[in-house]
Amino acid sequence: MTTAPRLTKMRYRDALRLALTEEMERDESVCVVGEGIGERGGSYKVTEGLLARFGPNRVIDTPLSEAGFVGLGVGAAIAGQRPVVEVLFIDFLMLAMDQVVNQAAKYRFMSGGEGRVPLVIRTQGGAGNSLAAQHSQSLEGLLYQVPGLKVVMPATPYDAKGLLVSAIRDDDPVIFIEHKLLYLAEGEVPEEPYAIPLGVADVKREGTDVTIVAWSNMVPRSLLAATELEAEGISVEVVDLRTLVPMDKEAVFGSVRKTGRLVVVQEAVHRGAVASDIAATVAEELSESLRAPIARVTGFNTPIPFNLALEKASVPQPPDIVAGVRRVLGVTSPA
Amino acid sequence: MTSVGPEKLLAMYETALTIRRFEQRAIEQYRLGSIRGYLHPYLGQEGIAVGAIAALEPDDYMVSTHRGHGHAIAKGLKPDRMMAELFGKETGYCHGRGGSMHVASRSVRSLGANGVVAGGLGIAVGAALAVKQRGGRELVMAFCSDGSAANGMWHECLNLAAIWDLPVIFVLENNQYAVSTPYRDTARVEHLSDRAAGYGMPGMTIDGNDAAAIYEAMAEPIRRARAGEGPTLLECMTYRHGGHHVNDPGTYLPADELERWKARDPLILLRAHLAEAGVDEATITEVDERVEQLLEEAVEFATTSPDPSVEAYLAEVASA
Repeated sequence: MTTAPRLTKMRYRDALRLALTEEMERDESVCVVGEGIGERGGSYKVTEGLLARFGPNRVIDTPLSEAGFVGLGVGAAIAGQRPVVEVLFIDFLMLAMDQVVNQAAKYRFMSGGEGRVPLVIRTQGGAGNSLAAQHSQSLEGLLYQVPGLKVVMPATPYDAKGLLVSAIRDDDPVIFIEHKLLYLAEGEVPEEPYAIPLGVADVKREGTDVTIVAWSNMVPRSLLAATELEAEGISVEVVDLRTLVPMDKEAVFGSVRKTGRLVVVQEAVHRGAVASDIAATVAEELSESLRAPIARVTGFNTPIPFNLALEKASVPQPPDIVAGVRRVLGVTSPA
Repeated sequence: MTSVGPEKLLAMYETALTIRRFEQRAIEQYRLGSIRGYLHPYLGQEGIAVGAIAALEPDDYMVSTHRGHGHAIAKGLKPDRMMAELFGKETGYCHGRGGSMHVASRSVRSLGANGVVAGGLGIAVGAALAVKQRGGRELVMAFCSDGSAANGMWHECLNLAAIWDLPVIFVLENNQYAVSTPYRDTARVEHLSDRAAGYGMPGMTIDGNDAAAIYEAMAEPIRRARAGEGPTLLECMTYRHGGHHVNDPGTYLPADELERWKARDPLILLRAHLAEAGVDEATITEVDERVEQLLEEAVEFATTSPDPSVEAYLAEVASA
């Protein structure tokens, strides 16, 4: 006889903390490194309490030296630890791009397969808090372009926990990108330990008319759009990629085969987008299943503005997603 | 006269000569077209790798630079598989995936050369953090250059190592030119080691061509590192015997300056130490012949080794 897992309601940031806590309990080589993550518990409170529980040898507060401490994470990982390095904003990860792109991503390959870099870089991005152009970007596309990195972007507390556990256990560098608007989002999380494998998408809502592929904060926005469209009799399936690298192509294909229509939604800028890559892959390999041209709903090619109205206009909102779905269905909005 | 005994001196001489002949044979093979890409010879700087690494224990880690063949050989990598890697062959340490600038091997705890100046210093402080977290007594020897001291990563990593008392020895090989730029044009301090004070760590500048002196100078930094007292910056003054890489004629090196440093060639200095220590010519000749044979075999091994399989490579990356 099996019993249903007992679920607890918790926030995204608490689910992340739970993943860190469980993995640090399970494996002594797991440590966390970053700015203000100790006593202060991190700017988004993800690491709160870890210092008291695990001590300063494993919870390491750093100076403002992104290149240095990301590099430190690379080296500690090569030497057998499993560091989880927190970079406060993905915008600041740009200070450490040599370490990410030229060192972490290449080490295993360049060493002929012998070297391992079991490093997780936790960072956060996205617009919506009036933090302006240097604290609001969606830069996953830069990392998506670099062979040797895995890229994870969870949308729910359940996914955040299960994916962080897998990221920590992975032997390759994983860029784990959280969204600043999701930290307080609530969801059901099993009380028992679990892991979600990297590279497995999740259908967040089933539907038959159109497939929306999204990730991170575009998942809840797509679900809002889907609810609105349901009232018009349009059935939308929402596929949450959860990880961009590795990408669960089959999940996307399976859904598009069923619906025959695809809208890819991303917060990042339009030019050279991950969304474009997904659209191109479906167009190349699945054209016989498509009943309509693919639509991309993305951010504009702009720095994120400070003014609230401009900021909202710069990245997709639920009405933009609704419009994208109507476009592929060839329907106009009900008057 | 050095306090280093004749056996140690002879071993250091053999390693220095192995590096010298490795580089000379590699340049020769480059000219023949067997080696492609960038090749940054360590000619003239052999004393540093030999003296510094001779003071380490096998478990100690090492992080190297783009000019890294000497460090790798001194740490114990074999000239045959090294040469094969320079040739891009399957039998090389990285199966032809890395090449001259990326040789790494866990077998001797060499965490790798690096194509980015100062790029490997994070790896060094990270490995040192790993040692500290595990309560180990190993240390990390981080080779860097006068060029690297102008980079922000150098600053960040020296500072991180200092504030956490990490067991790192930063061995700064000051060969006086960052590609073609004299270090005097890029630093206002008399010695780059003067900067150590700014991080709260000991710093000193020593003769980088005298392997025995370097070996002796390592004692205190090693003691500090193993005792958990933190890092040291050791600047070793030296000089390249040629351009930045194999295709750089190095015309910017003033002829008289180059001649002065060549007169203090690390191999000449080691031979003088050997003579003073009473090691006879016959013994040295024996070493010379052994090294010659070793490099002959290394070139032969690299030449006759197979290329990596393109099919295997494509299969490897197809799923990525």
